[in-house]
Amino acid sequence: MAFDYVRAAKYFVLWDFVVGFKMGLKYFFKPKFTVNYPYEKGRLSPRFRGEHALRRYPNGEERCIACKLCEAICPAQAITIDAEPREDGSRRTTRYDIDMTKCIYCGLCQEACPVDAIVEGPNFEYATETREELFYDKQKLLDNGERWEAEIARNIELDAPYR
Amino acid sequence: MYEFFTTTNLGIILLITGQVLLIVVPLLVALAFILWADRKVWAAVQLRKGPNVVGAFGLLQSFADFIKYILKEIVVPAGADKFVFFLAPMTSLVLALVAWAVIPFNDGWVLADINVAILFIFAVSSLEVYGVIMGGWASNSKYPFLGALRSAAQMISYEVSIGLIIIGVILSTGSMNLTAIVHAQDGAGLLSWYWIPHFPMVFLFIISAHAETNRPPFDLPEAESELVAGYQVEYSSTPFLLYMIGEYIAITLMTAMISILFFGGWLSPIEALPDSIFWLFLKMAVFWFVFMMTKSIVPRYRYDQLMRIGWKVFLPLSLAWVVLVAFFAQFELFGGAYARWTLGG
Repeated sequence: MAFDYVRAAKYFVLWDFVVGFKMGLKYFFKPKFTVNYPYEKGRLSPRFRGEHALRRYPNGEERCIACKLCEAICPAQAITIDAEPREDGSRRTTRYDIDMTKCIYCGLCQEACPVDAIVEGPNFEYATETREELFYDKQKLLDNGERWEAEIARNIELDAPYR
Repeated sequence: MYEFFTTTNLGIILLITGQVLLIVVPLLVALAFILWADRKVWAAVQLRKGPNVVGAFGLLQSFADFIKYILKEIVVPAGADKFVFFLAPMTSLVLALVAWAVIPFNDGWVLADINVAILFIFAVSSLEVYGVIMGGWASNSKYPFLGALRSAAQMISYEVSIGLIIIGVILSTGSMNLTAIVHAQDGAGLLSWYWIPHFPMVFLFIISAHAETNRPPFDLPEAESELVAGYQVEYSSTPFLLYMIGEYIAITLMTAMISILFFGGWLSPIEALPDSIFWLFLKMAVFWFVFMMTKSIVPRYRYDQLMRIGWKVFLPLSLAWVVLVAFFAQFELFGGAYARWTLGG
């Protein structure tokens, strides 16, 4: 076999390194993909499953009718519901707890809900300093619903054709 | 006043302390920005932006990191030899700094103008192995110890070829004084520097410098992504910071060595322009950029490959080169390009 002088010469002058260096420089000057996270955020799909919220009807009445379908379907058993008839005779929850440390964000509660009461909103920035703060109760979930209602309503509307 | 600083003991001590501070303080400040630039270049090649929050363009990131390191808790492993455990990172840093004593920044701007400058640098950088070995051993843990052994084997292997490459330069110059080596390269600007007569050795030296300073692609002692940082496993907080600073200062020293030995130190590349310290810094910055880019583009070597390159490629090549240069210098071939002392250099 003849000696490959070209290959030997390339090996000797670190040709691979030179090519790599050129490639590196090409990328060095390219625009960067970085999203400056706390200052700019990436786009979220309308189907994004973030922090939970309990919604109300426009007249202020809470949507949840304590059917406990979400509690039944929850694969992580993160939801706990107690219910009693209210003074006007309608069935409402007296307790609606979600253990956010158990939740796996599968979205089945939202799928199961017949009245679109429990939903997973677009918020994902709710880190806390203690574990206890992640045991959400009914009041916290309703507050979330009020805070994110605009985004949640928009997302449900956008996603409706595919449901 | 002049008499006080040149004749009395106290004056001389004060003067030398001042000179030392004049080297060390700018060096450490520059280091903060080198660390930042290193991360920026690395990020840019990977299409990331790198640190850009602390200060303009993230320039103060290193200072934020510095404060973070200082404020963290120092964890001493149970069963560690405390004295050696803390001595090791200090050794690492101090040795890296000591070598700067003989680096000439400009004509006459050198703290210790000794005639064995190269030997001194070589000895000190050999001693740096002790920082690593001691750190690995004193941790009293398996992985740091294995990491230290790996690291020591690597550093010793590449010192051999670095030494032989330097011998070629010494043969050409007829002096081990770094100032004399730079003067020997004076003449026709860019073309009279040693990188032309010692061309292949420039590559070998740069690659060996990577291996010697545990820099990627030869960062097997640390290899943070797969080998849990080798000898540094048990180090945290300030001792870790000392290791890191020591390492980066050693790399900066290597860039200075490359500039001085092969690229004419403070000499200007074009004869019309004046020689100044600026050129040395520019050359060091260029080589630092090469180091940073290498880190970004070259995958890590396997350990047997590393050893094979060191002993089976670099050692024979540099040894053959020493013989060749000795031959050229003795018979003053190529117009005395390899025997610069005959030119009055």
